[in-house]
Amino acid sequence: MDFKDTPEQAIFREKCRTWLEANAELKIGQLRTVEGNLNEYLQRAKAWQKKKYDAGWAMLHWPEEYGGIGASPIERIIWSQEESKFDVPGGIFEIGLGMCGPVMMEYATSDQKKRYLPPMAEGKEIWCQLFSEPSAGSDVAGLRSKAVKDGNEWIINGQKVWTSGAHYSDYGILVVRHDPELEKHKGLTFFFVDMKSPGIEVKPIKQITGAAGSGSGFNEVYFNDVRIPDAQRLGEIGDGWKVAITTLMNERLAVGDARGSDIEDALNWAKDQEFNGQPLIKHGGAREKIADWFIEANGLKYTKFRTISALSRGGTPGPEASITKIVSANKLQSIGNFGIDSADMAGMLRQDSGGDLYAFQMAWLGAPGLRIAGGTDEILRNIIAERVLGLPQDPRADKGLPFKDIPQGSAN
Amino acid sequence: MNLDFSDEQKFLQEEANKFFLKEDTLKRTRAIMESDEPFDKELWRKVIELGWTAIRIPENFNGLGLSHLELCVIAEEIGKSLAPIPFSSSVYMFTEALIESKNDRLKESLLPGLADGSIVGTFAAAESLTPLSAENLKTTVTNNKINGTKIAVPDVEAATHVMVVCKNANDVELRSVALNEKGLKVTLQANIDPSKSFYQIDFNDVSSELISQNGWDTWEHLLNQAAVLVAFEQVGGAQASLDMAKKYAMERYAFGRAIGSYQAIKHKLADMYISLTLAKSNCYYGAWALSSGSPELGLAAATARVAATKAFQLCAKENIQTHGGNGFTWEYDCHLFYKRSKVLSLNLGSEAAWKEKLVTNLDKSNSIGSNQ
Repeated sequence: MDFKDTPEQAIFREKCRTWLEANAELKIGQLRTVEGNLNEYLQRAKAWQKKKYDAGWAMLHWPEEYGGIGASPIERIIWSQEESKFDVPGGIFEIGLGMCGPVMMEYATSDQKKRYLPPMAEGKEIWCQLFSEPSAGSDVAGLRSKAVKDGNEWIINGQKVWTSGAHYSDYGILVVRHDPELEKHKGLTFFFVDMKSPGIEVKPIKQITGAAGSGSGFNEVYFNDVRIPDAQRLGEIGDGWKVAITTLMNERLAVGDARGSDIEDALNWAKDQEFNGQPLIKHGGAREKIADWFIEANGLKYTKFRTISALSRGGTPGPEASITKIVSANKLQSIGNFGIDSADMAGMLRQDSGGDLYAFQMAWLGAPGLRIAGGTDEILRNIIAERVLGLPQDPRADKGLPFKDIPQGSAN
Repeated sequence: MNLDFSDEQKFLQEEANKFFLKEDTLKRTRAIMESDEPFDKELWRKVIELGWTAIRIPENFNGLGLSHLELCVIAEEIGKSLAPIPFSSSVYMFTEALIESKNDRLKESLLPGLADGSIVGTFAAAESLTPLSAENLKTTVTNNKINGTKIAVPDVEAATHVMVVCKNANDVELRSVALNEKGLKVTLQANIDPSKSFYQIDFNDVSSELISQNGWDTWEHLLNQAAVLVAFEQVGGAQASLDMAKKYAMERYAFGRAIGSYQAIKHKLADMYISLTLAKSNCYYGAWALSSGSPELGLAAATARVAATKAFQLCAKENIQTHGGNGFTWEYDCHLFYKRSKVLSLNLGSEAAWKEKLVTNLDKSNSIGSNQ
């Protein structure tokens, strides 16, 4: 039981480290990459991705013909551990490389793979994922956007929502309903689409943080008679759900820890902040909370290490990583709340960016979104109960019904 | 990265698991609960024959000379099975104190016996409703004679020796007392888990031998070590409680369907799983700190202890809830785990006391642990 690399892993880590040191700056202290001006950030992110691609680090687990080096899962982890120590832009390509890439790899033709995967890895073309709809969130298979066959093309009409990065994406993967007479899961078909196609309209969503269209923000995407060639169908007609599941399994791997204020920030804050003439950390209530968050943060850290250990031996990780998002998103909300409250009345006042209190306010405002994105707390509990513990599924009111006959609510 | 037990250690754990299943340990626990017997003598003898009491004792004292990691995997199985034996008080506390002791004569006289089971140890610390500290400790030692009263001493009827936390004129000492010495009065104290037994011991000029002079630091170190091991017992108990709840939720029907198909039950069990997984991972951190002699042991032990205390108590109480009325009967096993979860949450000091240690460790250091 130790945290050491095997000799081969140590050599690989050294190789990553050497290249990173020659091409990037180490993070200093708690400095984080700030997503300021979007275009500037995009340029920076694309330049960094290209640099990695040219040196073979962009998608190192992919086959060489698509720009990878065929690396093992543990080598991928070692790379990302080392990269995370450097002040480099990230985030923009995660959905494309983490979710769209694997689906293309599995379902696209070999010509399509040669055409689309290398520019995706290089960062030249950005991809997004078009699944959720106003009336289909947790129950994403309840989506209503329509696909109608017209010769060698499909005509798409409808609306997608919560599409991260749609406003700067070149391509997207899309699941739509080709036949409402069929049962819910059976009437779906999967495509990839050029986001510059006529009839696509992207509108940024103004979120509760007040932000819209910034960074990797969310969008509504409208489809008005958008034409997609049948050649861009992924999987058979009616296999849309099966293909979507491949993507969602990858989403569970891609959406990891909630980023933002964590135990270390709360601890440092509690040491500096005063309460009743003493450092806040001397207060029993604060100590109780810090202990609870430390158990969660440390528990997640070593859960990840257990997963990495399994991969390191060439084994399959257990289901333990399924707890990550639910624990970290709730911890983030709770730490944000603690930071704000500890400033008493001043906690209400919006702060300038960069300070600790600002970070706590952003954590508190952003955390509700993290508790929903990529599977709500409730859906994740269902997944743990059903897939990890093996409890039976809920009986369904829509089972066996043609989609058009499924009861619908009035709230969208 | 290898945050895992070795294949040999996993094999040992499987063997322990099979052994306790074959021995039908829950039935034995229930029998102890319902009788005046303080522990299961036959099961204890078998555990000694398997060599588990000798795991950490060096080979030159006839032990097996293995690491704490072997103890961790055994502890998890003891926790799962609720085995009614005096393992933790003798093996995690008394034996470890002797292994660390500089009193060679005492080591030579006791360690071989602790390995072969002819000697069994326990420890006496608590004195009142106030948590023990170096300052409020009242039991004294003068010219090797101990005077004072200790309460909640575990497994005295199984033990031949007791380690006593006491105070000389200046310092805290840990001392060993043979339980057949003159001047001892032992009284059984009823407790909330009748499958365990605790005692009051009155010391009246009782002869003793020195285990450690640097008493309070050694005591804290022993507590930290034992906290990791007991945390593995707690994780085992939490796992067993979750398994029971899961099984029942699939078999029990209400309103025409398995209760495990209701989200109210699913989410309850998912929360139990989350708590258990956090505890288990924190225990691995504790096991690493314990087996590598890390200076982080204090932080790691408190983290494992608090996480495991929370997990076992949550899983044990929600297992009863999942069982509905059946869970409240003497007949179902739910209460065995509920009661054990409370005893294990207190036997080395309370959750609040360990949270305090956790945050004190974080407060005094400039980082939040290594291995980043």
